[in-house]
Amino acid sequence: MALLTLDTIAVTIGQAEPLDRLSLDIDRGEILGIVGESGSGKSMTALAIMGLLPLIGGKVSAGAIRFDGVELTKLPEADYRRLRGKRMALITQNPMTSLDPIRTVGAQIDQVGTLHMGMRAEAARERSIEIMEQLRIPDAATVHGQYPHQLSGGMKQRIVIAMALMGEPDLIVADEPTTALDVTIQAQIIQILVDLVRQRGLALILITHDMGVVAQACDKVAVLYAGRLAEFAAVGEIFASPRHPYTRALIGCIAKEGQASGSLVGIPGTIPGVFAYPSGCRYHPRCALAVPACAVNVPPEQRLGAARVACDWVTEVAHG
Amino acid sequence: MGDRAAPLVVLDSVSRSYSAGGGLFRPRRTMQAVDQVTLALQRGEITGVVGESGCGKSTLARLITGLIAPSAGHVRFEDADLATLGAPALRAMRRRMQMVFQDPYSSIDPRFSIRDAVLEPFEVQGIGLTEAEADARVAALLTMVGLDPSLGGNYPHHLSGGQKQRVGIARALALEPSLVVLDEPTASLDVSIQAQIIALLEALHARLGLTYVFISHDLRLVRYFCTRIVVMYLGAVVEILPEPQARPRHPYTLALMASTFVPDPTRRREVQPITGEIASPYDRPPGCAFAARCPRASALCRSERPLLVETAGHAIACHHPLE
Repeated sequence: MALLTLDTIAVTIGQAEPLDRLSLDIDRGEILGIVGESGSGKSMTALAIMGLLPLIGGKVSAGAIRFDGVELTKLPEADYRRLRGKRMALITQNPMTSLDPIRTVGAQIDQVGTLHMGMRAEAARERSIEIMEQLRIPDAATVHGQYPHQLSGGMKQRIVIAMALMGEPDLIVADEPTTALDVTIQAQIIQILVDLVRQRGLALILITHDMGVVAQACDKVAVLYAGRLAEFAAVGEIFASPRHPYTRALIGCIAKEGQASGSLVGIPGTIPGVFAYPSGCRYHPRCALAVPACAVNVPPEQRLGAARVACDWVTEVAHG
Repeated sequence: MGDRAAPLVVLDSVSRSYSAGGGLFRPRRTMQAVDQVTLALQRGEITGVVGESGCGKSTLARLITGLIAPSAGHVRFEDADLATLGAPALRAMRRRMQMVFQDPYSSIDPRFSIRDAVLEPFEVQGIGLTEAEADARVAALLTMVGLDPSLGGNYPHHLSGGQKQRVGIARALALEPSLVVLDEPTASLDVSIQAQIIALLEALHARLGLTYVFISHDLRLVRYFCTRIVVMYLGAVVEILPEPQARPRHPYTLALMASTFVPDPTRRREVQPITGEIASPYDRPPGCAFAARCPRASALCRSERPLLVETAGHAIACHHPLE
């Protein structure tokens, strides 16, 4: 049984339904990439898993989320909170949303140990510095006593990762963890996350809009569009034989090595807002392969081995 | 180089420093945001300027367009030294050089309609247009950047990020400039929209014969879009690649390349990303600024600053360049 399973979940916020019948699973030692444009439902998926939808007035309105055999959607908040501190952790794009500006970063990492792991202060401090060193934070003991504003963006993101690791989590959800960082620092942070999965066998959900990050780090990939799954497949398949026209278009947005100038096209139009979802396949207004039926029928997910694709033209596309 | 036409823009050993602090108990500190940059921009060229945050690339963009004045050195636009021009002459000169900014959300006044925003450059330059002329210009400019002319009556908050950036480009092109400096024009956009904007910029470049300076931290995009690449580190140019696919010879350029994520899972990166971070520009180390992060650094690199030396158009500032 997978460590985490999302079983046909839907998310509602008032009248809006930003996530529609999404199914995903991830096991220990795996990296699952979730990709799509802004508004595709990536962050909503992260909030649903972490039980944080109430913060934005939303809820999981249908389906189930199972984490190591426990049904999360019916879990009391107090139990969820214990789970979040220890067994599952969220890393967000802006590390300052996770850090307290008026306390030293060390105190904040230590606190995870004393609060959730029952450690004594001294043991927590030792463990914090050990983890900081593993994350290649130079001069960890000094940094331990510094405040967030004294650190660079890349260093702050490492502190957030250290806080996550202090609880010895089974699952880390990283929501665009490197988007705000410079390329060399981005490469360092992604490398750290990949190493953590390989060394500790934890499960990582990596939410990104960068197909390059997906190609370099992920084992399997879920492509979301306007709140629905477009395609789910192993990373090799996604790039070698993308089946959904949206997956193809997303890959086509990135200039390849030596690609001739003038050949980059992008995807025409923009992703629809949550109150303006088109009928039928939500991608059809931007899809080069759309036929009139695409505006009417919601394409069901088709299984192709371990992969899933929500496009009626999948066979034609695959051979096209 | 002698057989080429005169360059559009010449930067001659241009520097720009800033100072900060200087409180009751703290001495004033000075930093070189841009440090002795010499560069010629040929007509029709797309010069990419890459580097990490704080490398001085945005300051360079503002120096090229005369938005800020150099602390030392000269910027010449068509042989006119921007520093010697008075305010009216500089303003007239600005018709020929325009800038597109990273953040389309803050570069357009939210109280302006799209029509007003596109017409603002004419107003600033004191170019009187009749109502009919204004209508025609707005329609032509919006069409040129791929927007429906009927959007003119809308306000910025009605538009998506990509549409706003198209308005930013329409404004920049309104006065038919020769030079457009693009400062991270796609950094805040989704990849799908980023590709649309790049395709638009390519089409306009071909159609209008523009000269571009494209500032970006995305080496992948720069290598696709530009005809020449300038790599900056801590205010100084460390390498100029004469063509985008030229093999990097500076260890920093190589590190930047190794840090980009190739969208191909069968070619996963094996090299380790470089460690460490860019030093503070207030605390510039002696010698080569990159030495602390460089795997090839020697004692010489830590004491003596390497000069930018050009061979066959490929310039490099390194004591131990790669072959």
